[in-house]
Amino acid sequence: MLWDVDLDVPSGKLVTIVGPNGAGKSTLLKAALDLIPSASGRVMVFGKTMKQQRGIVAYVPQRESVDWQFPVSALDVVTMGRYGSVGWCRPVGRRHRREAIEALDRVGLADMAKRQISQLSGGQQQRVFLARALAQDAKLFLMDEPLASVDAATEQTIIEVLRELRSQGRTVVVVHHDLQTVTDYFDHVILINMRVVASGPVDEVFTSEALRQTYGGQLTILSEASERLARSSDVKRP
Amino acid sequence: MLADLPNDWWDSFERALLLRDANTVWVLAGVLSLGIASGVVGAFLVLRRRALTADAISHATLPGIAVAFMVMLALGFAGKSLIGLLVGAYIAGLASIAAIVLIRRTTHLKDDAAIGITLSVFFGLGICLLSFVQQMPTGNAAGLESFIFGKAATMLSGDAWLIGIASLIVICIVALFFKELGAICFDESWAAARGWPVLGLDFLLTGLVAVMTVLAIQSVGLVLAIALLIIPASTAMLWSQRLLPVVVLSGVIGGFSSWLGAMISASIPRMPTGPVIVLVCAVLFFVSLMLGRRGIVQLWFLRLRMNRRIDRQHLLRACWEILEQDESGVIDIRELGSWRSWSDPRMKRILRRCVARKLIVREGDRLRLTDAGRVRARQVVRNHRLWEAYLIHHADIAPTHVDRDADVIEHVLDGDLIRSLEVALGSAAGAVPASPHAIGGREPA
Repeated sequence: MLWDVDLDVPSGKLVTIVGPNGAGKSTLLKAALDLIPSASGRVMVFGKTMKQQRGIVAYVPQRESVDWQFPVSALDVVTMGRYGSVGWCRPVGRRHRREAIEALDRVGLADMAKRQISQLSGGQQQRVFLARALAQDAKLFLMDEPLASVDAATEQTIIEVLRELRSQGRTVVVVHHDLQTVTDYFDHVILINMRVVASGPVDEVFTSEALRQTYGGQLTILSEASERLARSSDVKRP
Repeated sequence: MLADLPNDWWDSFERALLLRDANTVWVLAGVLSLGIASGVVGAFLVLRRRALTADAISHATLPGIAVAFMVMLALGFAGKSLIGLLVGAYIAGLASIAAIVLIRRTTHLKDDAAIGITLSVFFGLGICLLSFVQQMPTGNAAGLESFIFGKAATMLSGDAWLIGIASLIVICIVALFFKELGAICFDESWAAARGWPVLGLDFLLTGLVAVMTVLAIQSVGLVLAIALLIIPASTAMLWSQRLLPVVVLSGVIGGFSSWLGAMISASIPRMPTGPVIVLVCAVLFFVSLMLGRRGIVQLWFLRLRMNRRIDRQHLLRACWEILEQDESGVIDIRELGSWRSWSDPRMKRILRRCVARKLIVREGDRLRLTDAGRVRARQVVRNHRLWEAYLIHHADIAPTHVDRDADVIEHVLDGDLIRSLEVALGSAAGAVPASPHAIGGREPA
């Protein structure tokens, strides 16, 4: 549960969301995407509501959120990123497949296109998810732990792709867990622990004082209040 | 058991096979289209991990059938119009889905419990209503109980047309929404983030499943209707790893099993159709489990090949290590015996296979490595020792303990990992490091 989030994410930057386990990093992304209900508040993307801007937003879920035994190839998954331009109830054309292969190529997996996805390594699976988002040709990317437990080569590839996106003027928001690499990889950091502790350019905000506030244990009253609220909404529910 | 079959069993089977009776033709046509469409829809149901909702729907149709019968009687109809009964069944089926959703949202029960409650309550209600209906003085309710286990022989030409057209419509709808259904089955949250109506597509899928279930209760029976939706799809997944082939194959398997099952049941008196169809599906599933991709036969074969390769590599490594100490280039077979604890017959088999692969040359009790054998042996020894060195230097494992670990890992090290090991250890490409521990009684250098 997250309280009182009031954030401005700068456009054209690499932004990271950092915080301890259970701080609400994924929750923040999902709430921004309207995947889970918010008690109140609104999300504006480039001046319009999220609903109006879905076409230019690409979401990269956590790798664990899907069943990798599903009968699709790497190319099939990335082609899903082109479905927006294919249109409803129409078959996927050769052009869309070619665009999907280009996206796979950008993450270095062009020769894995035909592999069933369970036959890819964890890092390769993560890159397939990234390629699907690339294929969407979005302006805003929201990525949930794309660098979690991937090999060094994959981490490098992903970071290069993110920098490329930034140089094209696109905005990337990444949920991240590795404090050591925050200054190397990102421009803007959002520190959260059940509420936004700090948000701003990495060199101003990413200080040991802010980190101590973020990681210095939970705010017990806040988390107890969250639990009460959860229980009361159980009672209220029809 | 077989002796109990009537003597003219084959005759009746042949009559059915050659479509001699007009009625059989309609039955087979109806059952065939039913099987194909169920297979196609079932593939998505299984991939969406909602297989058991179909069971709830099918069991819930029974009270719907009984109530529809009563309503039609009260309105002055004959009471047994199939369409009327199926509409009642469909409404009851959808009511069961509503009940499941309601239980899930108002309690802390999970899907399986919600489905179990709904299924049994609806079915129990159905049985009570059915016996009540059958005791009513007016109307002829006989035959309603055949919906429980199914009786394809009751299918008339009009019923077959109804099933055929409905199945065709269902298949067309699935074809139309093929990629959308596939995407929500694979990654629901991503689809929702794109703004797709995930709930709407779920409703669509559930609606199609309910249609197929209701159509199936006449011939397959409501107890077993779930089989046609789930077994063909699960069988198809044992053969293919792509969505389109899985869906098509599932339809083909569903159609074939229904057709064959209906024929078998038509040619044996008093044999219900549904159970026979389910058994045909099960046979195909079992055969696929054995022969399919990653099936038991293939896994057994792969394991055999893997074991033989491991034996070969162990033999080659032993040869190399003997030659490291004895420059003569000739290996005594008896010395090999002290290197690896293989039984005599096993040693003979492994030697024979290595000779056949031209890795070693055997002259009586003496062995020599061929050029190819030398290359392979060197590679295996190198992999083994690189891994040992890695364990000692990077994982702080005692030199006396690393041999066993390396014994296992040396067979699966591929080019990429070897290169990473070389980088980690600063080892020159191609060089074979010395063993870090005693081998064959000799102390490490």
